[in-house]
Amino acid sequence: MKMKFNSALRNFVLVLFSTLLISACSTAKKAAVDTVDDVYTGTDTVEYLAKGVPDRVFFATNKSKLTTRSRDTLRKQATWLRKNKDVTVTLEGHADERGTREYNLALGERRANAAKDYLMTYGVSGKRITVISYGKEKPVNPASTPLAWSQNRRSVTVKTN
Amino acid sequence: MKKIIIILLFFIFSVQNANSLIKVDITRGNLDPLPIAVSPLHIDEKSEDLKGLKEQKLGEKISKIVERNFKSTGLFNPLKKDAFVQKPDIAHIKPRFEDWRLIKAQALVTGKILVKDKKLKVEFRLWDLTAAKEMIALSFTTTPTNWRRVAHIISDKIYERLTGETGYFDTRIIYVSETGPKDQRIKKLAIMDQDGHGTKYLTLGNELVLTPRFNPTNQLVTYMSYFKNMPRVYLLDIETGIQEVVGNFPGMTFAPRFSPDGKKIIMSFAKDGNSDIYSMDMETRKVERITEHSSIDTSPSYSPDGKYIAFNSDRSGLQQIYVMRSDGTQVKRVTFGKGLYGTPVWSPRGDLIAFTKVRKGRFYIGVMRSDGTGERLLTENYYQEAPSWSPNGRVLIFYRETKSDSKGKGFSAKLWSIDITGYNERMIKTETDASDPSWSSLLSK
Repeated sequence: MKMKFNSALRNFVLVLFSTLLISACSTAKKAAVDTVDDVYTGTDTVEYLAKGVPDRVFFATNKSKLTTRSRDTLRKQATWLRKNKDVTVTLEGHADERGTREYNLALGERRANAAKDYLMTYGVSGKRITVISYGKEKPVNPASTPLAWSQNRRSVTVKTN
Repeated sequence: MKKIIIILLFFIFSVQNANSLIKVDITRGNLDPLPIAVSPLHIDEKSEDLKGLKEQKLGEKISKIVERNFKSTGLFNPLKKDAFVQKPDIAHIKPRFEDWRLIKAQALVTGKILVKDKKLKVEFRLWDLTAAKEMIALSFTTTPTNWRRVAHIISDKIYERLTGETGYFDTRIIYVSETGPKDQRIKKLAIMDQDGHGTKYLTLGNELVLTPRFNPTNQLVTYMSYFKNMPRVYLLDIETGIQEVVGNFPGMTFAPRFSPDGKKIIMSFAKDGNSDIYSMDMETRKVERITEHSSIDTSPSYSPDGKYIAFNSDRSGLQQIYVMRSDGTQVKRVTFGKGLYGTPVWSPRGDLIAFTKVRKGRFYIGVMRSDGTGERLLTENYYQEAPSWSPNGRVLIFYRETKSDSKGKGFSAKLWSIDITGYNERMIKTETDASDPSWSSLLSK
């Protein structure tokens, strides 16, 4: 009897422990998936220009440097654009809401141009690309959270024809 | 908008020697505001009837505006009218000083209104009750529809007499009106009197508009618009409503401001990922490049003498404030504190620069001397930026945004003001949410 109780208790404790472990794991995993070094790496807000061609790249706070992942995305865009020669695009640069308005306008422009330069390096003519900055004016996620801000720091490639 | 009205101003009596009279010190936070009684202006019996304007109420309305102006400064404490001890007409001729002193008033404003030949004549006097002396007596003649401005001008004259500084009540604010959800904001240019009255919308909201700023005569406004999805600096004539693009730039222009003589617009032009500062001469249309640096240079603001420009740049790696000569030479970084610094705006007095500071996720409005020394942070919040000076350099207006929840709810943008003493922080009521305020100079100088 005593033995039985013990094993039941042990099982309960084991179950409880593993539940905690799993939930801890899943939160840690979720955060890890969403941002790496302050740059959004998730897919929640991403749309696609074609199958397997994401439309946007993300940036760290106050930065306009392209990450390895962003360059990968832009190479896919370049390949797609080279295949679809009649397509023209606008690169829309954005900033999060945690900066002054005017600086953010400049920052959005710098981000979109970083993406433009990369597309041009991979053979897309600059004549097919227009750049516009919206600064902090058009958040894709209106929440005031670090996750939302990371989704809003972006350059989005939009088909214009 | 109507033509600038002409207001005739007479000194009825010469202002008496002021040495021993009341003086309100506005250089420090005032914890003991001056008790002041503003008697309703009485209506002269010879007044004509006025269509649409109940002049019987006009005297009271004007006195209420004066009271509200005084209260908004934090320097004065307007007393309740039900305690008043003398009828307005008699008080205006000769107040019984000892009676007014009984209700603890130290200063008294009295006045008289006469409507004749479709003109409004307003007379007012300011009395020092302790010294039992008249401090100022003035009269104005104007068109009756300008009665609100008369109230503001009276407020300015009294403020000036009591503080020794020019007033800021006969002024307007231009700002961006905001409506709709945070991710689909509709923005319009709006203009209102300094006290929030008489809001007019100058654009329809079809395109995004940002950062309106007055020229020195308050007739023109330069701002940024996304008209036809081309973000450019525009010029708007408030009277005619005519708008035009400023300059012929092959890319985004933004962050415009007038030079203190009104002859130039200074702004940023972004090209190939690099924003630099340019100016354009309004008459010759000649464009001059002022900074040439691979970093972001923006938010330029001239010193009141036009000799210097303050701006923010991230050439050090982070956004900081710099000052240079207005031809672009002698660039000097002036902020070295921890955090980011942006939106420098030179005080109309020339001594201070107001700025936005971001540190550890908090936003501050502050002031410092133009060489960057003597930094004082006036207010801290979740998000606030873009200070603009009252014409006398005593008060800053700025906008503040609130945090929103995971669905973007709970977001608001409002105008706030604060004295450069750090006291008297107040929300400015606007019909809609509001941002990017710009304070006019005095409308009547």
